[in-house]
Formats: sequence, C-alpha cells, structure tokens
Amino acid sequence: MKRLSDLDYLKLNKWQAFWYKFALFICAIPSAIWKGIKKLGGFFKNCGVAVKDEFVDIGSTFKRGNWAVRLSFFIFGFGNLFYGQIMRGILFLLFEIVFIVYMVLPSGGIYWLAKGNWFKIGSTIGTVQPQKNVYDPITDQYITIWGDDSVKVMLYGLLTFIFIFAFIYTWRLQVKQCRICMDITAKGKKIRSGKEDMKSLLDDQFHKTLLALPLAGILAFTVLPIIYMVLIAFTSYDAAHDGYSNLFSWVGFEHFNELFNFGQGGLGLTFGEILSWTLMWAFFATFTNYFLGMFVAIMINKKGIKIKKFWRTVLVMTIAIPQFVSLLYVSKLFTTSGLIGRALEQIPFIHDWRLANNFVSLWDSPTVAKILLIVINIWIGIPYIMLMATGILMNIPQDLYESAKIDGASSVQQFTKITLPYMLFVTGPYLLTSFVGNLNNFNVIYLLSGGNPIKGTAGGASVGHTDLLITWLFKMTLGSTESKYYMASIIGILVFLVVAILSLIVYNVIPSTRNEEDYK
Amino acid sequence: MKKQNDNKIKKTGLGAKASRRISNAIIYFILIVITIVWLFPFAGILLESFKTETNMQTPYLFPKEFGFDHYVKLFTKTDFLKWFGNTAIMGVATAVLQTVFILSMSYVLSRLRFKGRKGLMNMMLILGMFPGFLTMILIYKVFADAGLTEKMAPLGLIIVYCASSAMGYYVSKGFFDTIPKSLDEAARVDGATRFQVFYKVIMPLSKPIVIYTILMGFMAPWGDFILASYLIHENSQGMNVAVGMYEWLSRTNMNTHYTMFCAAGVIVAIPVVAVFLALQKYYVEGVTGGAVKG
Repeated sequence: MKRLSDLDYLKLNKWQAFWYKFALFICAIPSAIWKGIKKLGGFFKNCGVAVKDEFVDIGSTFKRGNWAVRLSFFIFGFGNLFYGQIMRGILFLLFEIVFIVYMVLPSGGIYWLAKGNWFKIGSTIGTVQPQKNVYDPITDQYITIWGDDSVKVMLYGLLTFIFIFAFIYTWRLQVKQCRICMDITAKGKKIRSGKEDMKSLLDDQFHKTLLALPLAGILAFTVLPIIYMVLIAFTSYDAAHDGYSNLFSWVGFEHFNELFNFGQGGLGLTFGEILSWTLMWAFFATFTNYFLGMFVAIMINKKGIKIKKFWRTVLVMTIAIPQFVSLLYVSKLFTTSGLIGRALEQIPFIHDWRLANNFVSLWDSPTVAKILLIVINIWIGIPYIMLMATGILMNIPQDLYESAKIDGASSVQQFTKITLPYMLFVTGPYLLTSFVGNLNNFNVIYLLSGGNPIKGTAGGASVGHTDLLITWLFKMTLGSTESKYYMASIIGILVFLVVAILSLIVYNVIPSTRNEEDYK
Repeated sequence: MKKQNDNKIKKTGLGAKASRRISNAIIYFILIVITIVWLFPFAGILLESFKTETNMQTPYLFPKEFGFDHYVKLFTKTDFLKWFGNTAIMGVATAVLQTVFILSMSYVLSRLRFKGRKGLMNMMLILGMFPGFLTMILIYKVFADAGLTEKMAPLGLIIVYCASSAMGYYVSKGFFDTIPKSLDEAARVDGATRFQVFYKVIMPLSKPIVIYTILMGFMAPWGDFILASYLIHENSQGMNVAVGMYEWLSRTNMNTHYTMFCAAGVIVAIPVVAVFLALQKYYVEGVTGGAVKG
C-alpha cells in the first residue's frame, strides 16, 4: 500500500484517517509473517554455522592434541585426569560407564529402543500383545498374561533418546575442556582445581546453582511430557488402544487427515466451528474487559471521588474468592430455579421465548449462553484490568493534562488523545497475553456452561456450542470411555500453532518498546 | 472593584463546580451499582448457607430461619474436612516451593548474564504456548505407577504445581529489573561473591515480590480444577475443594447439596480472602508492575 505523506495524511478526516491506519495495519501483516519466516531462516542458518564450527574444532583438537587429549576422545575425562582436574575427570568417566552399562543391560536402552519400532509406520509400539483368557492349570482359572505397555515402551524409548543426546553433548564438552586444559598448560598458567570449581558455583557460575532445580523441574514436567504429547499425535492411542490391554501403533499423519476432513465422519466441520467460537470469545472477552475495566479505573481515580479504597476493595474481592465457588454459584443463578433466572421469567417475552424453544433454562440456548458467558466474564475480568490501569494512570505525567486543559481540550478529548494512546502503548504486550489467556480460558467456560448446550459428539467426547478448544480437549482426555488421546494431542499442536502465529504477527506489527536493558 | 472581581470568579467557579457535581453524582451512582452487582453473589452465597428450611434453590434470598445446620452437616456427614485439609496442605507447600523456584529463575534471568540466557527465555516462551494440561496424559500414567494419584493425589499435585512453576517468572523478573545494577557492582567491588550479592544485598530489598509470589502460590491450589481432576480420579480421600464441591452442583446432586455448597463456599473463601486482603498491597504492586514491565 502506498504510504501518504504527512501533509496528505493531515488532510484526511477522522474516518479516513482511521481506515488509513487500519489498512496500514492489515498490510503490515504479510510482511510481518515474512519477517518472522526470515528470522526463523536466519536462526537455522546460524545453527548450521555453529554445528560446522563445532566439527572444525573437534577435528583440529584431534590433530594438534597430545596423546592424553586424543585418548579422551574414547575415555571420557581422561584429559581432565591427566591435567589434574580429578573431580571433573571422575564425573565424566562415571557418566560414560553408566551410559554404556544402561545401553547394553538386558532390559536397558537398546532393548527399549528395539521394542518401540521407532519411525516404522504401521507397526505396534511394543512387541508382545497381552494374552487374555489363558487357562492356568495351577490355579484352575482363566487369567491374563500381560505383555508390553505401549505407553511405557514409548516413554523409555524417548528417555533413551534423550540419554543418547546427553551422551553426545557430554562427549563434546569434555573434549573441549581437555583442549582448553592443554592450551592453558602450554601458556604456563594454572588450571582450576576441583575445590575452586565448587567455589565458583557460588560466584561466577552462580547461575548454574540457582537454575539447577527449576530447570530440572521444567525438563521433567514440561519439556518431556510435551515431546511425548507431540509424538502421540502420530500414534493410534485412544481408549480402545490403551497400550496395556491392546497395543497402539505408529500411524503417521493419518489422523491429521481425519481432523481436516470436512465430509461425513471427519472432524473438520466441528473443529472449524469450535475454533471460530474460540477466537470470537477471546476477542470479546479481552476487549470488553479491557475497555470497561479502564473505564471503571478512570472513574475511581477521578479527582473528587471519595473512599477510593473501598470501591477498589469491593472489586478485588472477586479476585480473592476462588473462582470455582463464585462461578459455579453465578451459573446456577441464571437457571430457571435460580434467583436471576426466576426474575427474568417474570418478563412475559422471555418466558414465551423459552417455552417456544423448549429450553429448560437460559443456558440451553446457544446464543444466550454465549452472551451470558461474555457478560459474566466481564464480572470476573474487570477487577484485574482496573488494578492494572490504576497503576498506569498514576504514571501518566499530570502536566500533559494541565496543558491539554489550557488548550481547551474537553475531558473526552483528553481521554482519546492522552489516556487511551498511553494505555495502549504501555499495555500492548499485555493485551496479547490476555488474548492468549482467553483462548485457553478453561475455568470460566467449564464452570459456567460446561460447554453446553450439547450439539453432538466428536473426537470421542460430547461437544457443546460454547466449548472452547481447550474444554473440548479436556473432555477428550478425561471422563469418556471413548477418549481419543491422539486427537487431543493433534488439537493441542494446532492450539500451539494458532498462539505462536498470533504472537509472531503481533510482536512484529506492534512497535516493540520492550528493550529489556533500557530500564536499568 | 475587588469585590466585583471576586464575584465574577465565584460565578464561573460555580458553573464548573455544578457540572463537576453532576458528573461526580453520575459516577457515584455507577459505582454503587457496580458495588451491588459485584457483591450480590457473595451476599447470596453467605445468606443461602444459613437457610435451614431447605437444601434446594429458593426464589427468595433471605433465609426464613437462620441456622448453622448446613455447616454442621458439612463437617459430620461429608468428606469436606478432608478436602479442606488437603487443599490447605497443598497451598502451604506450593507457596514455599514455588517461591524458591520462581525467585531463583527470575533472579538469574534478571541480574546475571551468561551464555544461553536469551535461548532459555525463548524456550520458556514457546513452551508456554502449548496447552499445559496436555502434559497430564503422560504425568498421570507415570504418577499412577508411582502411587501418586487418587489417595495420594495431593502429593502428586504439589509436585506438578511446583515443578514447572519457574516458567511463570515474568512478574518477579520485572521486579528485579527495577533494582539498580549499581548496587551489585558496588558489592562486587567490595569483594562479595555473586551468592553474597544475592543473599545479602538483593534479597533484603525484595520483600514485596517474595510476599507476592508466596501469595500466588498459596492461592493456586484453592482454585485449581483442571489438573486436580486428572490425578484425583474421583477418589474422595484425595480431593481438593474444587473437585469435591464441583460434584455437588451436578444435575443429580443439586437439589440435595445446593445450600451445603454455599456453606462450604463460605468456609473456603474465609482463609483465602483473609490472606488476600491482608496482603492486598503486595498483590496490587505485582499486578501493576508485571503488566507494565512484562
């Protein structure tokens, strides 16, 4: 799109200026995506260069290394031991021994990898099916001889892969360290001893000490399960193939086709409907809260309004009381026997409309349920925005308003020309996070409507008109005898893609103001 | 002459004053409406819990007879006390452990510079984009084998809440970012190690963010439904309040448990609200600071 010059821009009236800006925003999206792709490309290029450098370094290390360094290519930590770093050397050596022992044990790494049939589409994960109803002559009963458990086979296989990567990394690390030891000795300097190593963990290596625990937690409870979840998308893991009573197998991209099949038996249509409601919900939930919350904050902060603290505390109460108590109670208020539901029944128009549609309560109408959700979400969300906006409003330099007043600006103009731009500028990133948060807003939907009214079943779970992707996922993985775990993980991956693409666009379109070294 | 001038000022002043009064009156009106709307459900829960005449929803708000019947029933006829205890234990344990995790992560990312720092932050950003509870597919399986589900679910849940909590480092990193770097440098010049800087210089200054993190950790288990329902698997002994009380409002239980739900809601709300209102100041600082600094 052609950019207007400043002079031409000033000639536009208000609406033209708005549309002009809007068009600019839309036009910026493709280039933002392109920029993102380019960045990704650059990232991979850098990775490639780094890997190449590593190999060059390994080669030169072997070439110019002495016999001790060369031997440490095969015996971990030999170079460290040779140069007197006893502790490091022993640790490296121990790691190598543990790795080799683990791999070759009868039920060790190689065993589990072989059982997993990794990357062979069509073959089962695990090789021994359970045998059911086998006659046992000793107890004179029919019993089940259990075979492999696919879930476990996959988990141990994955762990083994991770162990192998760790092994390669450690090998590289100790080779490099041996080379550094050699270089330092050649220069005639002293090498750090084990004691100094320990001391440095509280000083220049302090970050390692602090990070050890949190990182271990994240690796074990987020990274590993997420990799596992992504793998499940390529298997046939569901309630019928649960892994131990019936093995599941690798199927490749077969189930992705099921999701994008818009005909009979496919999930395409349901998925499209749920996705569009999810996006619509996130949009309304975010922006109604944002503007109304800001409005409330401005009212409370207005000069001359008394007992500010009281008004704030009233709103903050909603945050303090656990959501499941207040939300469940509020949802029941709107049923036909609830207080508000009953009051609304008194209005003949609503009463007739309900009977004409055979609805038991207001929650049974898809449209009304959606509106109720958005309205009740305002009740939940305003306090957060109010608190945040209060903090920001206090940061706006007061002299801006003073000079605006002198120039004769009305309070509406002050809001649109000073307050709003300032707020949007500061809270741009927050708007994104809260949009994403609303995409995945499980509590509000599940506790208020439970996704109802029901419109059918899909993916082995009932689907309602107000279900978000996240609540659909929840139903798919819990509380159903037809759970389709593979479908849940495919949708999980798609949710990730939606969020990632959105974030990428927004971060590249919004003028990023967040250079973190700035405010120090 | 002077008097005339004064009059003039008064006149224009009156006009402005009057319009301000009107706008203030409107604002007060709106605020009062907001107060009523916001407090109505809480008043409702409180009043319904004292109704002795019924277990169901009723068309009136104020009880015909006040009494503590439902509270008594709650503690004698249901597992509520067990659920409450479970949740309280989880709250305290999560508060302590989560604070350790989050503070170490955010301190490192904010005040120390090392190789891979940016990569670490990007990794956590990307991981946060996955729907978190899908990790429960695997975690449930592993915990079931380890005996950390059903009856022992509270222990399993503490591990789940805390293990990945460091990914929520944003707010406290924003706080550490605001402490001037010159403090560290001065201490380093005086010969302090990085650990001493952390322990003796920064920690004493960080009371607000420590309290904020503890508060958040304490409140999380009280409202958690989604993760808890995976591990608990309908075993009443291991339930937290959210999972336990959710069943009371299902279509089949609603007519016998509705008022009991309200009574339980009041009891659950008391400790959380008390802690929250006492530490409100720190919460507000956290929210406002976190939003601005990301």
